[in-house]
Amino acid sequence: MSGVWTLAEFREDRINSVSYELLAWGRSLADTLKVELSSVILGCEIKDVESLFDHGSDIVYKVDDKRVEHFLPDTYSNIIFSLVKKYDPQIIIASATTYGRTIMPVLSTKLNTGLTADCTKLEIGDDGTLLQTRPAIGGNVMATIRTQTRLQMATVRPRSKKPISYDKSQRKIIVPEIEDELFKSAYRWIKFERDESTDLPIQEADVVISGGRGMRDEKNFEMLYALAKELNGVVGASRTAVDMGWIPYSHQVGLSGKTVSPHLYMAFGISGAIQHIAGMSSSDIVIAVNTDPDAPIFNVADFGIVGDATEILPELLKALGDKNE
Amino acid sequence: MKIGVLIKQVPATDKVRMDEKTGTMVRSEMEAELNPLDMYAVEEAVRIKERLKDVHITAITMGPQSASDAIRDAISIGCDDGYLLTDRRFAGADTWATAYTLSMAIKKVGGFDLILCGERATDGETGQVGPSVGSQMGIPVLTYVSEIVDLTDKHVRVKRAIEGGHEIVEVDLPALISVVKEINDPRIPNLSGKLKAKFAEIGSLDSVSIEADQSKIGLGGSPTKVVKVFYPKLTRSGEIVRSKDPQSSIKALLNFLKSKEII
Ligand SMILES: Cc1cc2nc3c(=O)[nH]c(=O)nc-3n(C[C@H](O)[C@H](O)[C@H](O)COP(=O)(O)OP(=O)(O)OC[C@H]3O[C@@H](n4cnc5c(N)ncnc54)[C@H](O)[C@@H]3O)c2cc1C
Ligand SMILES: Cc1cc2nc3c(=O)[nH]c(=O)nc-3n(C[C@H](O)[C@H](O)[C@H](O)COP(=O)(O)OP(=O)(O)OC[C@H]3O[C@@H](n4cnc5c(N)ncnc54)[C@H](O)[C@@H]3O)c2cc1C
Repeated sequence: MSGVWTLAEFREDRINSVSYELLAWGRSLADTLKVELSSVILGCEIKDVESLFDHGSDIVYKVDDKRVEHFLPDTYSNIIFSLVKKYDPQIIIASATTYGRTIMPVLSTKLNTGLTADCTKLEIGDDGTLLQTRPAIGGNVMATIRTQTRLQMATVRPRSKKPISYDKSQRKIIVPEIEDELFKSAYRWIKFERDESTDLPIQEADVVISGGRGMRDEKNFEMLYALAKELNGVVGASRTAVDMGWIPYSHQVGLSGKTVSPHLYMAFGISGAIQHIAGMSSSDIVIAVNTDPDAPIFNVADFGIVGDATEILPELLKALGDKNE
Repeated sequence: MKIGVLIKQVPATDKVRMDEKTGTMVRSEMEAELNPLDMYAVEEAVRIKERLKDVHITAITMGPQSASDAIRDAISIGCDDGYLLTDRRFAGADTWATAYTLSMAIKKVGGFDLILCGERATDGETGQVGPSVGSQMGIPVLTYVSEIVDLTDKHVRVKRAIEGGHEIVEVDLPALISVVKEINDPRIPNLSGKLKAKFAEIGSLDSVSIEADQSKIGLGGSPTKVVKVFYPKLTRSGEIVRSKDPQSSIKALLNFLKSKEII
């Protein structure tokens, strides 16, 4: 029996930071259960495996091969399936990224086990089973879920826990032998086209600066980019702003867009429709700027300004600029 | 080409009541609609039909009797026919049991080259059913698809919207695709579509007709169990500044940011 596993992500030549957040969750579970914590990582010319130990792993299962350079759901799930059969973990967690949300249901189906989605809290119950808490129905409901099979699997919402540093690691790297057969894939990977507009996906950002219809036009969004730059954040948007063509869909926050839980969320000219709030209510700090004192966004704000966003923003940028001089 | 579209009926209201004992949703007394994110899957199927010859689209849903309305909505936009999977024994299914049930129904109806589904349902919000169905059936799964770049009788090439950009991949058919909103703009049904939907015959399937293993369906066949539900408090009582002078508002904002150690 080999304890708790986390699926680390190696993409575009680096280990994704969400892999370390996952280890923070994994560590607390493994410590409670008094078992080992492992990372499973697949990729080609994987770098910086040591950092997984520094953030909580005792053991790393490493599959470093040209044939798994890109995410191929069948190859990846076949390989991880074979590792699970051989090493028998009791809990597997992955981040609720496009990788985790694809590999985990494919894998859990093959393993005949349950899977809980997009959890914001994981803990071990009195009987030693995993209690998985997750928001559903647009954040209106929180459900705590238990998996009846011995192997328990969950995806975890990015940014739901801060990475930790760990110095008690055994630093054991296991390079399992994988049969050639398992590398066969039905997928032909062609290429990856990087987005010009963002560096960081909005779900992974510490600070999200969002604009809505109240920003009035696309040009005014430039002020949001400037503020995002100032605060090391990224720009998000309401659906209306996306529908207006002011910003691509990948920036949409809400029920039919992305769910974000940054440390700071700022909403400029966003009314705060329930479908928007569904995507940002788990942010630590919410600041809203809106001309309408009765805008519902103020109900979920920690700080609000009743005012014109297009007047506030230039002044705010100026004040922040002055401060830095 | 035969295309299957998986659709789910979801509550249209913002307030949803849960049965605290079983952890399942109480559906009656609520208005229901076709999952908004499934509209994109239906629309994409119809666009394929408009582009290629001899395409037949079948919508499939598992749900209560009233979920036949979701099938009718799909037909009104251009699906050819549909099946409603309904059986008291399906009730309370988690994503594993839902995917098992849907895959048995797909096998029964038979012969799909392509299966389309939504990114996620706006109620359960797991996004797990699509990939699980593909996995149950042992066919390639393409998730987060924002464009079908090329489709022939033999293969499909798609663009996937992933973190930081788009990935292009290709697989042979049959395959399962889950689409994101970026893929198209769903049309509004026209009058003839609505009439066709109104009089359409909807196929009905139950656990016996799809030859499901009774131990793998519904609440009993579900490996996950909701043990507790609660309603989070969404409101925060923050300080709201209503000054006519932007300077004083900004000063208050800067102080707030400082107090939170953001600047
Ligand atoms: C099924 C479904 C899914 C949806 N999914 C999403 C989703 O994922 N994300 C999402 O955001 N929405 C979603 N919506 C849409 C949602 O209901 C709202 O229509 C949308 O969020 C409104 O966007 P908005 O706040 O930018 O615009 P509006 O509601 O028009 O609000 C604009 C706000 O700006 C204020 N304002 C105007 N001028 C200024 C100014 N100069 N300075 C400051 N404030 C100003 C106004 O007072 C108003 O409050 C969904 C809807 C449905 C039905
Ligand atoms: C509060 C709450 C939390 C839950 N959490 C979990 C959980 O973590 N893990 C779990 O396994 N179950 C969970 N469930 C149960 C889950 O909601 C149901 O299994 C549901 O039937 C399918 O999941 P979904 O709504 O997440 O659909 P999704 O997986 O989000 O749906 C994706 C797509 O699959 C297709 N699809 C989904 N359902 C159907 C259907 N009935 N008929 C046809 N096509 C369909 C649609 O194309 C849809 O767009 C939860 C339920 C509740 C009420």
